[in-house]
Amino acid sequence: MKVNLKGTLLASIVFGTLLLGGCDSLLVLDPKGPQAEVQANDTMMLIYIMGAIVLVVFAMLIFMLVKYRASKQSPDYEPPHIHGHWLVETICIGVPVLIVIFLGVRSVESNYLVESAPEEYVEEEPLVIYASSSDWKWHFSYPEQGIETVNYLYIPANRNIEFKLYSHGPITSFWIPQLGGQKYAMADMVTTLHLAADVEGEFWGRNANFAGAGTAEQTFDVTALSQQEFDEWVEEVQETAEPITEEKFEELLEPGHLGRSTYTGTHLEFSPAPEHNHGSSDDVNHDQHEEDTDHSEHENHNDTEHEDHSSH
Amino acid sequence: MEFFERFMIPHPSFLIYVSMVLIVLVSIALVGVITYFKLWGYLWREWITTVDHKKIGIMYLLMALLMLFRGGVDAIMLRYQLSMPENTFLDAQHYNEVFTTHGVVMILFMAMPFITFFFNFLVPLQIGARDVAFPRLNNLSFWLFFMGAMLFNLSFVVGGSPDAGWTSYFPLADVEFSKSVGTNYYMIAIQIAGIGTLMTGINFITTIMKMRAPGMTLFKMPMFTWSALIANLIVVFAFPVLTVALAMGAMDRLFDTQFFAIGNGGMDMLWANLFWVWGHPEVYILILPAFGIFSEIISTFSRRNLYGYNSMVWSMIVISVFAFTVWTHHFFTMGQGAFTNSIFSITTMAIAIPTGVKIFNWMFTLYKGKIEFTTPMLYAVHFIPLFTLGGVTGVMLAMSAADYQYHNTMFLVAHFHNVIIPGVVYAMLAGLTFYWPKMFGFMLNEKIGKATVWVMSTGFLLAFMPMYITGLDGQARRMYTYSESTGFTTLNMVSFVGAGIMAVSFIMLVWNIWYSFKNSPRNIGSDPWNARGLEWATHTPIPAYNFAITPDITDSTSEAFWDMKHKGTEIFKGDIKKIHMPNYSGVPFIMSCGFFLLGFSLIFSMWIPAIVGLIVVLACMAYRSFEKDHGYYIPEEEVKATEKQYEKRGAK
Repeated sequence: MKVNLKGTLLASIVFGTLLLGGCDSLLVLDPKGPQAEVQANDTMMLIYIMGAIVLVVFAMLIFMLVKYRASKQSPDYEPPHIHGHWLVETICIGVPVLIVIFLGVRSVESNYLVESAPEEYVEEEPLVIYASSSDWKWHFSYPEQGIETVNYLYIPANRNIEFKLYSHGPITSFWIPQLGGQKYAMADMVTTLHLAADVEGEFWGRNANFAGAGTAEQTFDVTALSQQEFDEWVEEVQETAEPITEEKFEELLEPGHLGRSTYTGTHLEFSPAPEHNHGSSDDVNHDQHEEDTDHSEHENHNDTEHEDHSSH
Repeated sequence: MEFFERFMIPHPSFLIYVSMVLIVLVSIALVGVITYFKLWGYLWREWITTVDHKKIGIMYLLMALLMLFRGGVDAIMLRYQLSMPENTFLDAQHYNEVFTTHGVVMILFMAMPFITFFFNFLVPLQIGARDVAFPRLNNLSFWLFFMGAMLFNLSFVVGGSPDAGWTSYFPLADVEFSKSVGTNYYMIAIQIAGIGTLMTGINFITTIMKMRAPGMTLFKMPMFTWSALIANLIVVFAFPVLTVALAMGAMDRLFDTQFFAIGNGGMDMLWANLFWVWGHPEVYILILPAFGIFSEIISTFSRRNLYGYNSMVWSMIVISVFAFTVWTHHFFTMGQGAFTNSIFSITTMAIAIPTGVKIFNWMFTLYKGKIEFTTPMLYAVHFIPLFTLGGVTGVMLAMSAADYQYHNTMFLVAHFHNVIIPGVVYAMLAGLTFYWPKMFGFMLNEKIGKATVWVMSTGFLLAFMPMYITGLDGQARRMYTYSESTGFTTLNMVSFVGAGIMAVSFIMLVWNIWYSFKNSPRNIGSDPWNARGLEWATHTPIPAYNFAITPDITDSTSEAFWDMKHKGTEIFKGDIKKIHMPNYSGVPFIMSCGFFLLGFSLIFSMWIPAIVGLIVVLACMAYRSFEKDHGYYIPEEEVKATEKQYEKRGAK
């Protein structure tokens, strides 16, 4: 029996080191943007705290199993009848309560961080990109720039991007692991995801939510450029790309997979996003109050942006 | 010809054709064997019409093992498909069907009947009752569940399997995106089985509240009975939500209503909410009885009373309340905002507190004990660390901001298998091994049993630990393929090897049953484990009436049998009298067949047979309400004669 216990301990240690050792190279733990960094830091903190809890439980269990196994005791030993003890139970409840309080506070903080625009780049106006999914593609509309791409995304680095997400079909989930966690895109409302890239580079994104036969290949590439390069790219697209028409867009929506393509204009002009634009909170059943303020803020925000754009 | 076209598989493959042939051959062989040995009458009299909770329990057990095999084959197929990049073993459509049925079968048609087997077999024995409160309803519950399960499995060969995931999110599950009848099967088969489960819930709450032995106060109930009571309370609160959601979903698909459809004001998010308002409590319905089983086993083989009985009970009660306050954590990423996510993040983490209390209580039960590593105990000893691992990753997922990165990834898949397998499956197998001698009069082989546990845990670790890593590396769940450049290859191959090792452990389990059936001694008495609970105070095999004299627990604790053995507390007081028992009935089976016809016809929108099925159902209900059935008495002499026989055999 003893050998087996050692084996268990050894296996868990090996797994633990593997998990921790491999961390740097895992996408989620190799963040390239402020939101992903919040999430990666939380993840590492959780791994350490949870690792400690697991170790305590393992140690206690092994101690009990080794010390109180029958083969170590005299045959006439009669285990006593033990009721609970108030101190033991207070500790067993108290320590987890403290851990949960600590994690709860941290969780609330992180929630507000990932749900708002990253503070590093908040001085500059965010770039608004509408990302809408159809079976099984991603359409990226840049309303301010008046261009649209399919299955690839160019963004300026070091600037906040405000993704407006919705779907032309089933629920999908917009996810660029190295820039930050995902959010659902749905057909009857627009959700908002704030991301930013700290460095220039190439990343990949995908639909992470199962949405039918073609989901596995519903991926897209993300390229973060300097603001200047981004502007040059926009200019180039405006000069060279075909305009997107209603017929063309209908064609694009047909179920299937497509490569990359680029257009001038956006489909939002003739096929606008769903009307329930609730900013970062859309659940009607909850936080009605907060939602209302959120709502109006965003509307104003968008309006001013559009005015700015037209006055250029 | 046109009529039959609807029954075709829309997307057939070689494997499905092979299965069709096999299913037909096995069915013919089964009918042949039963007819040859003239067993139809026996089956009808002794099993199909039975209201005996022990027999109904064993039928649930058979279903659970059968479905474990089916779900297990699905699992192996999934892992094999992912063991290599760009594998062509399954195409996207088949992969989608397989993971959908794997989920539904394992949760609803494997885990649920497994715990219902324990409810049925154990609860009346543990509370000293002769049967459940509504024996005939119990028979109906089983047959509804059976028909639902069969209907669901039929989708494999008739009309096509559901392919929208076991969560079946709308609008993907709507006719627009899931055109085959597969999702109709999902909506209607689960509905029929779910009605059965709801009745089970009502039945066992009543049984536990009204039929406990004299002197057995609530806080003298064995821990498993407590867990059964709370799990069934959750059933009664949660399953109606599923019933309503499935009815709305079925109407959306069959009658073009727009509850969840997009476009005309339907709300896809409503489905997700309703599904998880049922779905989250559902996992506690599964895990609480598992906790109950482990409590029985750990105290038996520590040779000690369960530490902290009261805090065990209260922690379960707290869990059952919290179970209904956390459903939103299944879709933190749906955009409900920081405030809502914060609330559900905290409630979710809070559930770890009562669960932690239980883990500590089990460990303090080992304290100063005299631990014997029997097979059931070995399952329990593996359960504690493995389940803790699953529990703490659950706390990670509860951090909603970080969950944006774990959601929809293999990390999540690893987590819930990490709680369900060591939690529920280990508990079920431990309980099966523990109560096997009580059911069948012989023990399972200990050597093979212990080896099985070690093989299973090794396979489990290899299969699921790599998923935590690939999940954090960006491998999304439910994807049938990946490219080599992602770097997921090695770990997915390890997963497949682990799944294979787990399959070996299940084969060892089956072999153990066969081997022990052939070789184990039969003269083991009625208490082979030196156990503690009232359920061990009856004879083996258990007579139809369970206890000749209703036990009296006034002077005992929650471990009545232990008190009897060690303190000499008397629990069987008085004389043997005639015993009132319920009659067997074939009506529930006929009614369930009506449900099957109704369900099958609805799935294919065939209205006339659907109406016929409905009429059968209503006629059975009407018949029942006019039937006068007061049960029967086993005469005093017969009970005495039976008891004498047991004494002669030296049992007890």
